[in-house]
Amino acid sequence: MQLIACPWCGPREEVEFSYGGQAHVPYPDSPAELSDEQWAHYVFFRDNPKGRFAERWNHSAGCRRWFNAIRDTTTYRFERVYRLDDPKPLATELASSRRSTAP
Amino acid sequence: MTSPFRTPDGGRIDRATTVEITFDGQTLPGHPGDTLASALLANGRHQVATSIKLGRPRGIAAAWAEDPGSLVQIEAPFPEPMLLATTVELYDGLVAHGLPGQGRLAEVPDSARYDAVHHHVDVLVVGAGPAGLAAALTAARAGARVALVDEQSEAGGSLLSGTDRLDDAPASQWVAAAVAELAAHPEVLHLQRTTAFGSYDDGFVLALERRTDHLGTGAPRHVSRQRVWRIRARSIVVATGAHERPVVFADNDRPGIMLAGAARTFLHRYGVLPGREAVVFTTNDSAYDAALDLHHAGVQVQAVVDARPEGSPRRDECEHAGIRVLSGAVVTGTQGVERVTHALVAPFADGEVGASSAIGCDLLLVSGGWNPAVHLFSQARGRLRYDETLGAFLPGEELDGLAVTGSAAGGFDLAGCLADGQRVVRAALTALAIPPAGEDPLPAAPEAVIPAAPLVLWRVPDTSGAEGSTSFVDLQRDATVADIARAVGAGLRSLEHVKRFTTIGTAHDQGKTSGVLTSGITAELLGIPVQDTGTTTFRPPYTPVAFAALAGRDRGRLFDPERVTALHQWHVAAGAVFEDVGQWKRPRYYPQPGEDMEAAVLRECAAARTGVGIIDGSTLGKIDVQGPDAAVLLDRLYTNLMSSLKVGSVRYGVMCGVDGMVIDDGTVFRLAEDRFLVLTTTGGAAKILDWMEEWLQTEWPDLRVHCTSVTEQWATFPVVGPRSRDVVGAVFPDVDVSAEAFPFMTWRDATLDGVPVRLARISFSGELAFEVYVNPWYAVAVWQRLLEAGRPYGITPYGTETMHVLRAEKGYPIIGQDTDGTVSPHDLGMAWAVSKKKPDFVGKRSFARPANADPLRKQLVGLLPVDRETVLPEGSQIVEFRADGQLPPPPVPMLGHVTSSYRSAELARPFALALVRGGRERIGDTVHVPVNGTLVPVEVTGSVLIDPEGARRDG
Repeated sequence: MQLIACPWCGPREEVEFSYGGQAHVPYPDSPAELSDEQWAHYVFFRDNPKGRFAERWNHSAGCRRWFNAIRDTTTYRFERVYRLDDPKPLATELASSRRSTAP
Repeated sequence: MTSPFRTPDGGRIDRATTVEITFDGQTLPGHPGDTLASALLANGRHQVATSIKLGRPRGIAAAWAEDPGSLVQIEAPFPEPMLLATTVELYDGLVAHGLPGQGRLAEVPDSARYDAVHHHVDVLVVGAGPAGLAAALTAARAGARVALVDEQSEAGGSLLSGTDRLDDAPASQWVAAAVAELAAHPEVLHLQRTTAFGSYDDGFVLALERRTDHLGTGAPRHVSRQRVWRIRARSIVVATGAHERPVVFADNDRPGIMLAGAARTFLHRYGVLPGREAVVFTTNDSAYDAALDLHHAGVQVQAVVDARPEGSPRRDECEHAGIRVLSGAVVTGTQGVERVTHALVAPFADGEVGASSAIGCDLLLVSGGWNPAVHLFSQARGRLRYDETLGAFLPGEELDGLAVTGSAAGGFDLAGCLADGQRVVRAALTALAIPPAGEDPLPAAPEAVIPAAPLVLWRVPDTSGAEGSTSFVDLQRDATVADIARAVGAGLRSLEHVKRFTTIGTAHDQGKTSGVLTSGITAELLGIPVQDTGTTTFRPPYTPVAFAALAGRDRGRLFDPERVTALHQWHVAAGAVFEDVGQWKRPRYYPQPGEDMEAAVLRECAAARTGVGIIDGSTLGKIDVQGPDAAVLLDRLYTNLMSSLKVGSVRYGVMCGVDGMVIDDGTVFRLAEDRFLVLTTTGGAAKILDWMEEWLQTEWPDLRVHCTSVTEQWATFPVVGPRSRDVVGAVFPDVDVSAEAFPFMTWRDATLDGVPVRLARISFSGELAFEVYVNPWYAVAVWQRLLEAGRPYGITPYGTETMHVLRAEKGYPIIGQDTDGTVSPHDLGMAWAVSKKKPDFVGKRSFARPANADPLRKQLVGLLPVDRETVLPEGSQIVEFRADGQLPPPPVPMLGHVTSSYRSAELARPFALALVRGGRERIGDTVHVPVNGTLVPVEVTGSVLIDPEGARRDG
């Protein structure tokens, strides 16, 4: 069972957390002005990369706070966690990926 | 009783005490400290079982969990299937029998307790052999928090099976001193009979402690039988030793054929001679210890058969003892039926086998080398590397926080294992910033004799004519070299495929002896390096774990939390039949004597429609939404306008996801300008609180709003029916309950004997109704006041079933029953609940998608079976006939399905709600529902079947 480092509580067991999908997909400012296709992209389309992925997590059985994490989808390793008001990670950070040696 | 194969002295058994066991109906003596296997061998019994497919006799082939032969079932003191005789500790009164490959589950419930403990350590050491003990001592001396777990009944590992000396004394003395030293450290947890069976992420290891299994009938009732240790370690040292590997040859499965190291274990640890006349077949030096030790114990060692052409430097030692050594020779087959009688021995050079001759024996010992027990390393996703010299897979990389040491890492000399155990744990301590102790001595071990290089030999060519069909690779699956050849011949290249084709490695032992053999033989048949075939994936558990142990205390009523309302005891006393709604126990109906559910529900419905009924609605989700921006939040989440709601009023609302599909519905009370009470469905309470918090935190952190669950802070009793005003008016004489003073969809605060009570005019049945909200401490008292006041009117408590019928008759949907995540408010006929004024709310943009405007969307309608008799099963499909009155050809198009279906007291007929394609356009049509093979005609109607004008709600 993985440990996930909640930015507010520190490392806790993964069963305390719930997953919130891709991070940095904001609710559009004016949905009414979007085309059906643009709206469908917001509602239904998410990235599914192999490697580093910026994701939303919720410490649902702990402090109940949402936070973001960069996680490698091939190793499951959490590269780092950050607060919702922290800046969006640079594309270079997400592009670099390394094989985990963690148990 | 005497045991003919028991040595006169030695071993770690309690010879002063004799216990009696029954095996296959035969009473046999043994001693505490024995395993079932050692007791059977002491009494001359090798055959334990027959094999699963071929029914061949099988016996004890190893001394611990790697044994593929000795499957037994325990019958007493408690039935337990599929154990190994080699791991069952002996106790008085044990009754067991051998198993033909599979056991039988107990027919009586397991009355034992099982539990779990969480434990956190700096260093977890798995295995209390020389490397593990050295590691644990070093960590303990440094003051680290340490756990040492070992699966055997006592510490020592390989030292229990040999004649090693440490500090110039029997090694057992050092083991005892080490154990005593560990016990003196307060931060050390040392567990024997504890198998670390799985290693997972971030230093998490599961271990099973067998706490009372070895005590038999003497097990104290208050102690759990087995315990799962959930250990989180900052650093893990895997010192799990190695399993000896057999060599495959024809008829290698007969009882009396045993791994060479196992024979040493039975001799030195249990004081048992596994035979009288032995042949030892080996590819490496380690089996010479077995040959010499057995010889010195009085066994006639007929020959050491060494496959290596140059033999071993230890040949002289044997010949000095009078043991014949045949170098460059192999065992090609055996004779015997229920016990080996002869080994067939032949010269062997350059892969060619010469003519064989038979050597008489009742024990054939085999050693093909040693496989490090890398299971925990591999489970932690460590990569393995094939070592050509050892013919084995070793840890092939360094892992953060997990180190492998001792023979699990491929070290096979005692001094080296001790030093390596200390080395790896020191490195781990350094990484944890724990300085090592100044005083940390290792015991002095004799200088290692450098062994001659082993020969890697997976199998002896089959000269018996059986073409490998009696050369067993996996004894538990009766899988042979011929089976692997068939798999490879069928084109399989991946070892995972070979495993699934042959079933090798899928039995009780999970391939402990057969796994690496299969890698080697498959590589040989494919003509590729063993490194390229690799191994199959090692998965937990390392040894079988009973489901009861994994379940622990979470059984029966403790399996899942049960939530009950403040009135639960009242419901029980009233004879309620309960149903589970999420984790809640809710009364479904209250049968009177002689009533079934249908009769009770018809009676309850009639009471609510014609007199007065009352229901415990306390499980409804309730969220207190507070803050200056509370109305803004609700406007964004509900489809309708909440900010215009007046204090003192209540409004029904629907919530959608961003896809425009309904996720919940309920009523909203405006308590103050900046405060609302939001009611959700019983099942949606937690989900909707999550939903609100998610939007507040992730999208609208600027909104000043707080949300708090108050579900359990309010007991809720709807009082329903034309006489409800009389009842509520009688209990609350200070409240004007007239329709004018207390209109529909408003709430009022009142008091009852000083207790604050909130009343609301809300109806989930279409009848005049009042909801009574009170602190749960006063729930029983208020409920009884209402019952008392209702007695003149025949007030009838009703359950969820009646509630469902009443709401369905009015076409009120249950979100999650009449909807499935693809249903919009418009589909439910609730366009009236969707604001056209608000510029945006969650889901609004999706309503404008073309798919949402499709007139053929499934819409909620009512169905009335034409025969006025059939209650349509919920979930039934709906079909329609063509114009010619025939069903269309298969596949018959499905129009939708029945979502709710009941018998109505008011309508005096069954009815249903359904989602039907283009349903509102079909009102008045007849469609068909298949029920038990016949097509039942049903009329499509509007969803509101009772009082469509809403005349009843004000009484």
